[in-house]
Amino acid sequence: MSHSSVEKKDDVSVVLCGEAGQGIQTVEQILTKVLKFSGYNIFGTKEYMSRVRGGSNSTQIRVSSRRVSSPVDRIDILIPFDRKALEHVGRRIHEDTVIIGEMKELFPDGDDKAFNCIDIHYSDIASDVGGAIYINTVATGVIAGLFSVDRRQFDDMIETFFTGSSQSIIDKNKEAGGRGYDAARTLVDAGRIGVDVTAHPDVAGEILMNGADAVGIGAIAGGCNFVASYPMSPSTAVLVFLAAHADEFGIVVEQAEDEIAAMNMTLGAWYAGARAMVTTSGGGFALMEEAVGLAGMLESPVVIHLAQRPGPATGLPTRTEQGDLQLALYSGHGEFPRIIMAPGSLEDAVHLSHRAFNAADKFQVPVFILTDQYLMDSYYNIPSVGISDTGAIHCFIETDESYKRYVLSENGVSPRGIPGFGTGLVSVDSDEHDEEGHITEDLDLRVAMADKRLAKMTEMEKDALPPELIGKDDYSVLIVGWGSTYHVIKEALTMMNRDDVSFLHFKQVYPLHPLTADYLKKARSVVVIEGNATGQFANLIKLRTGYDVHHRILKYNGLQYTVEEVTDRLSEVIE
Amino acid sequence: MKKGPFDMGQIDIAWCPGCGNFGILTALKGALTELGVRPEKLVIASGIGQAAKTPHYVRTNVFNGLHGRAVPAATAIKAANPGLTVIAEGGDGDMYGEGGNHFIHAIRRNPDITVIVHNNMVYALTKGQASPTSSIGFKTPVQVRGVTEEPFNAIAVSVALNASFVARAFAGDHDQTKDIIKKAVSHRGFALVEILQPCVSFNKVNTYQWFKENTAYHEASYDPSDRFAAFKRATEAEKMLLGIFYVNPDKPCFEDTLPPYYKETTPLFKRRIDGEKLFGLIDSRRRV
Repeated sequence: MSHSSVEKKDDVSVVLCGEAGQGIQTVEQILTKVLKFSGYNIFGTKEYMSRVRGGSNSTQIRVSSRRVSSPVDRIDILIPFDRKALEHVGRRIHEDTVIIGEMKELFPDGDDKAFNCIDIHYSDIASDVGGAIYINTVATGVIAGLFSVDRRQFDDMIETFFTGSSQSIIDKNKEAGGRGYDAARTLVDAGRIGVDVTAHPDVAGEILMNGADAVGIGAIAGGCNFVASYPMSPSTAVLVFLAAHADEFGIVVEQAEDEIAAMNMTLGAWYAGARAMVTTSGGGFALMEEAVGLAGMLESPVVIHLAQRPGPATGLPTRTEQGDLQLALYSGHGEFPRIIMAPGSLEDAVHLSHRAFNAADKFQVPVFILTDQYLMDSYYNIPSVGISDTGAIHCFIETDESYKRYVLSENGVSPRGIPGFGTGLVSVDSDEHDEEGHITEDLDLRVAMADKRLAKMTEMEKDALPPELIGKDDYSVLIVGWGSTYHVIKEALTMMNRDDVSFLHFKQVYPLHPLTADYLKKARSVVVIEGNATGQFANLIKLRTGYDVHHRILKYNGLQYTVEEVTDRLSEVIE
Repeated sequence: MKKGPFDMGQIDIAWCPGCGNFGILTALKGALTELGVRPEKLVIASGIGQAAKTPHYVRTNVFNGLHGRAVPAATAIKAANPGLTVIAEGGDGDMYGEGGNHFIHAIRRNPDITVIVHNNMVYALTKGQASPTSSIGFKTPVQVRGVTEEPFNAIAVSVALNASFVARAFAGDHDQTKDIIKKAVSHRGFALVEILQPCVSFNKVNTYQWFKENTAYHEASYDPSDRFAAFKRATEAEKMLLGIFYVNPDKPCFEDTLPPYYKETTPLFKRRIDGEKLFGLIDSRRRV
């Protein structure tokens, strides 16, 4: 059995692993909230299979004295719900990993010598309380007890979480949680296990949310009042978020018959004065592409939240990847401008989703918010969302009788009227059209209209968000990343502790900020880190700046990078 | 002739001389004028095809989108501003072929829009292939041995889906067509008006004469509230029947079920975010 207690750590990586249907999500949701509310910095992320029951899924919760926002390979405490879990995360179990499990389930042959184990009879406790379904709540209690969460707060959290269930179920869950809690306290008191994470009173009052919440909040801040989509992992969580707040904020939330309808509805909605978005993933977005071109031709604003998962086709439906940058960049036939943003943090996700609506309205172009399963499903605490006012900027005008939708203009933007506001008529056409928006085959006018649409790129480039430089200005090695790898690369850099290595993070990947090339040229060596197989962003940099990066670190197994992985792989390419 | 509120003046119309679309255009403008609809409060959405060019020939707001996608756009336009009168217009290929899935689900959704489908039983703009409504045996350069598929019966499908207003008209009958369009536009809920029309260039079978011989109006005593009778007439009649097949005025409209309109009717473009509520939502994430 246990031959050593866990050393006193101030940054503890807890991993829970079991089958789909064993309630790991319940554990995650209760624990992240109650640990944050106890003043601990927390980070939670999960990886799961595309199934409702069975398989092996895992959730990592980092509980730390300092702010943490990225996954680590390391497991300090493992709670396996079944024997399969040991194989599933086996690669990550090290000599200091403490396994708090049910030994007779995990090691029926007693072959636990290689592990550092603490035996807790989850199933016996659960069946005492009322059945195997309470095993997850017992485990929740064990973690809560280990971190000395206030007992009353823990009970309240269970009560809140199970609101809507019968009193008997609430009571049994409280009992199950309490039994787990007591078991952990006994172990702590006996010196079998202990942690040394400092709670900060300020953290208790911080915001806890995941990427899906952040995109939803940013969208509402940007004035979103219409969303049409077709459910698809991992983008659905944003649709669910907006549906949950539709009554409060007056949002039309429509689950369309398919993604084609969803995107065309969204364009119809903008035309008639709504601020509309779609939320989708690779295959669903592929169906929307024709209408992305329609937005290009109509010069319609539209916001597209594209939560990436590995493709092609169905790929790995519940996993993460940064594989759809090219898809977004080249979606829709014909030539027209667009903006692609890629949030790196929860604050970015709020800020950029907000900004996406204003940019779409200002330039009358499609604006993408490119996230991924990892960002959607990761939780951590932040002091504020970083927006001080909601500031939805509305750019449409009241028309008069002389109104023409596509008046040729120097910067390419023609004032956007909407039907029913003013005395003018608003005509938009997917055919090439004249200034009034009526179908034309005047080929000189065609050239003028194409030039007008593309002329917007000049202003859009000036308006591009600059990349964020982390580290010193006089770097010799520059690491380049985009989107959801922000925190993991940042933490890896802190661990590496090299003052000649800096990190340039792009929150807007198209159009690129005009200073991009200058940043790259200053470095002796540039390393791009991204989550795909071909280096799509490195290719885009080459295409737009002519700059060849020296190294590409790529990952495309469906999982996000971990801090250790980034440091290891960086050490292979930088001296 | 006196210029009506929906007349465009001198424009180049892309239809063939003798096309059934002209009759539909006249009936549509007449219906809208008689209903007192104001051009600036009307939107006609369309897809692609010769029929889908119709809104360009009407002085009003136009959303000429993608092939098959007029109905989702029209649904959203109405949802964003329920004060607008919204019509979606297109041909049989546009609405029943490319847009077939949207057609079905729009009936289920029941937005207060009028869907006008010009049915000439052929693809004309692409020069004469079969459409979803072409008759069995209809020969084309693609269907060289003749169409083998069962024609899409939009009237029967609509009645089966309990659509709130289902009618068929014939482009050759101006007064009746105008009257049916008026009733459809006035109806609250999804209203289908399928308008039979000849294609003088690519359909040498279903001509003006053929339609005259093969259509008949419901008798005056017919009761359009009887769904089973409507379905029977849509599927079993010897001739293609004209007039209103079915009306179900009791279905809730899509817009009425949407959160923004629970308490007020203000169109979305006039709404602004409630910042206090938003910060309340953000702060709720600070609590347990």
